[in-house]
Amino acid sequence: MLKILKIGTSWQNLWQSEEFRSDVRHELWRNIVVPVLAIIFALGVGALILSATGYNVVKAYGALWQGVFGSKVNVGEAFLRSTPLILIGTGIALAFRCGFWNIGAEGQFYAGAAAGTYVALTFANLPPWAGIPIALLVGFFTGAIWGALAGLLKVKFCLNEVVTTIMLNYIAIGLVGYLVTGPMQEAMRENPQTDEIVRSFVIGRIFPTSRVHYGFIIAVVVAIIATIVLFRTPLGYSMRAVGYNPDAAKHAGINVASSMATAAFLSGGTAGLAGAIEVLGVTGRLFENLSPGYGFEGIAVSLLVNNHPLATIVSGLLFGALGAGSQVMQLNAKVPAVLTFIIQGLIIAFIISFRYLDKNPSGK
Amino acid sequence: MTLLNNDQVVPRLEVRNICKSFGSLKANDHISFRVLPGEVHCLLGENGAGKTTVMNIVYGLYRADEGQIFLDGRPIVIRSPHEAIALGIGMVHQHFMLVPTLTVAENIILGTRPLFFSRSSLLTNTWEIEQEVKSIAERYSLKINPSALVSSLSVGEQQRVEIVKALYRGVRLLILDEPTAVLTPQETLELFDTLRILVREGLSVIFISHKLNEIMAIGDRVTILRDGKVVGEKLVCQTNTQELAELMVGREVKLTVEKKPASPGEEVLVVKDLNIEDHGVKTLRGVSFSVRSGEIVGIAGVDGNGQRELALALAGMIKPSAGTIKLCGMDLIGKSPAQIFRAGVCHIPEDRQKMGLVMDFSVAENFVLKKFSSRPFVRHGLLHPKEIFSYASRLTKEFDVRTPSVKKTVDKLSGGNQQKIVLGREIDQKPKLLIAMQPTRGLDVGATEYIHQQLLAQRDRGAAILLISTELEEVMALSDRILVMYEGQIVGETLAERSNVEQIGLWMAGVRA
Repeated sequence: MLKILKIGTSWQNLWQSEEFRSDVRHELWRNIVVPVLAIIFALGVGALILSATGYNVVKAYGALWQGVFGSKVNVGEAFLRSTPLILIGTGIALAFRCGFWNIGAEGQFYAGAAAGTYVALTFANLPPWAGIPIALLVGFFTGAIWGALAGLLKVKFCLNEVVTTIMLNYIAIGLVGYLVTGPMQEAMRENPQTDEIVRSFVIGRIFPTSRVHYGFIIAVVVAIIATIVLFRTPLGYSMRAVGYNPDAAKHAGINVASSMATAAFLSGGTAGLAGAIEVLGVTGRLFENLSPGYGFEGIAVSLLVNNHPLATIVSGLLFGALGAGSQVMQLNAKVPAVLTFIIQGLIIAFIISFRYLDKNPSGK
Repeated sequence: MTLLNNDQVVPRLEVRNICKSFGSLKANDHISFRVLPGEVHCLLGENGAGKTTVMNIVYGLYRADEGQIFLDGRPIVIRSPHEAIALGIGMVHQHFMLVPTLTVAENIILGTRPLFFSRSSLLTNTWEIEQEVKSIAERYSLKINPSALVSSLSVGEQQRVEIVKALYRGVRLLILDEPTAVLTPQETLELFDTLRILVREGLSVIFISHKLNEIMAIGDRVTILRDGKVVGEKLVCQTNTQELAELMVGREVKLTVEKKPASPGEEVLVVKDLNIEDHGVKTLRGVSFSVRSGEIVGIAGVDGNGQRELALALAGMIKPSAGTIKLCGMDLIGKSPAQIFRAGVCHIPEDRQKMGLVMDFSVAENFVLKKFSSRPFVRHGLLHPKEIFSYASRLTKEFDVRTPSVKKTVDKLSGGNQQKIVLGREIDQKPKLLIAMQPTRGLDVGATEYIHQQLLAQRDRGAAILLISTELEEVMALSDRILVMYEGQIVGETLAERSNVEQIGLWMAGVRA
């Protein structure tokens, strides 16, 4: 399209070309109208569920709105909660684009969190400028290895990654349970958790009034880098080709196995990074149930935007806001916070249905 | 023949003003025609002309947007294939709907009676059922063994089972969708004999095809479709192939390929004693041949006789169990597809959508599919869109790909344009050896002509070309030398100018030279 512009065709002429208009319409429809419609429909069904179970819809949604936009603190909470979602969503997007169905972000998140905590506790006297990057890198690589494990099992032994990544989730969660009650348990030996990391390892806050920290900036940068890798590098090209059509990719001389293993590695890495950032930026220590299901929510974050890493920033913020707002809603309107899970699930269900209708207009 | 011109006869089937759209595409635009009792009515048209769509409407697979269907003069509404069968309409699809692990008789009665808890159940009276099937087969002189397993039958025999299946259900109108695509020339003649018997018994047959010779051989009347519209209806005895071709394409066409005599040079590809085993099944057994530069060697054969495996082995996609493949003296076995490509072997795969193209990629991305990672398309580790687009625009022009933009994804393009992308990508490498498998499958006459010319141009440039096709006419028209494959072996070889269809047909059926 840019080329046509350069030859000197004015915008008006371009707009008159039916081809171009249908292109624009279709892109708008797919990338903006569909997600927005899905959200509206999901909120609508959510309202039906609320009223059917005897809640006041206006009050509940009002509280949700307040929970997100009510105060600077609340907005900050939304950003805070979106940080791991953006990172995990970005990784999921990379994996899904390559046809690697990584359901293991939860486990990779825990692997990264454990490794990051270990670095922070063991090398406590490192200065912040060295300590934090090292802890994050170690978190990234541990998560990456956790992901690559499933990748290698797939390309070497043809083991279905959906099964192996789910199994690796249990292993990682179990391992963390063991670590926080055994080798890494706090000195007091009271609770199943590690000691708190030292101040020099804590990621700083962006605003004094809010908990949101520089991890959010890292997440945005990672999403941008992932977008460049996916759409502007030979590696990303290979990954996309493999994801769309592994036969054609193999025929064209692309190494399908290594592309897929790389996607698994990178996908695990971003989830691991998210885990390390969560410990260093929010919780300050490792414990069981560190994640309220970020690894699975990340899948929804990616699916909502058709696995586009850059757009996971938007969908990550949306899901982060829903998550943060639901806490307030639970407090103020006494509506259980799990309603947001229902809404999130509905959003994805509507998105998938709309895309199906989009591809098969006649329903056949 | 007098019947055919008689408007007083109530037609077996009449479709009136059928319209069907898929999105913005009008697949059927006010299609009307009538099929009389006792005639073979041909539907002729290129791929995408709407033949299959209108038949799927008649068979209840699609619902028409507009229009009416009359059976024996009565208006009918068909909502499902089940209803179509109940009304006496049967269809034999291109891909057979048979269960390979069941016998012929079991396949034939499948779905016509309850499986259990009944005196007529399938499990209780096999013998009776086989007798029933046998009597039908004999009535229409169809050679068939009711107790044979379907998996043990040849393709031609399976097609016969499909026909008997339809007859068993009492059809009065039989629709055959491109029935000869999978048959040898001899099997085609047998099918035609069967069809003649059927129409003599008063059945009506709708014969969908894009092959002109077959229509001339079997049809009584032909309706020609183009771009979803009826563009003509002719009595076969009053028309000829040239006229039909022009109606079908909408312009003048050359039905023959013009080519200069070949001037072959040295051997480029030498294959010796090649064997391929796949899960214990030998798909290729001791294949040896060579292709010289400047010649087209055609491999004919019925689909599924090892041609696919041969092409994939040459392209490095599967590993042979024994034998050698040499390109200008260099061993190719064990090399990756990328290495073989760089050595000068280009491959137009059989299935462009499955192996040749990434359908969700743009035209530009597909053009660089085999070399996106090398200069000038990559600079400083990043893809260089400008270079990729200008390269793609050049090839788009050179190979006459009709696309509004190189950024369009290829799934939006027609089959012909898709194939031109594959062809252009491969030919632009100036290959030493070009393997073209089914290069014109599913393409319209114009695109087919174009691809044929390009293959001949490559030959004249000095490339060695291996053409693998199940379309015998194509092999005979383009090749300088013809090999015939049967059950993983080369069973016959002939020079193109000395070839004759009967001989090649016998080889295709496995009769040794």
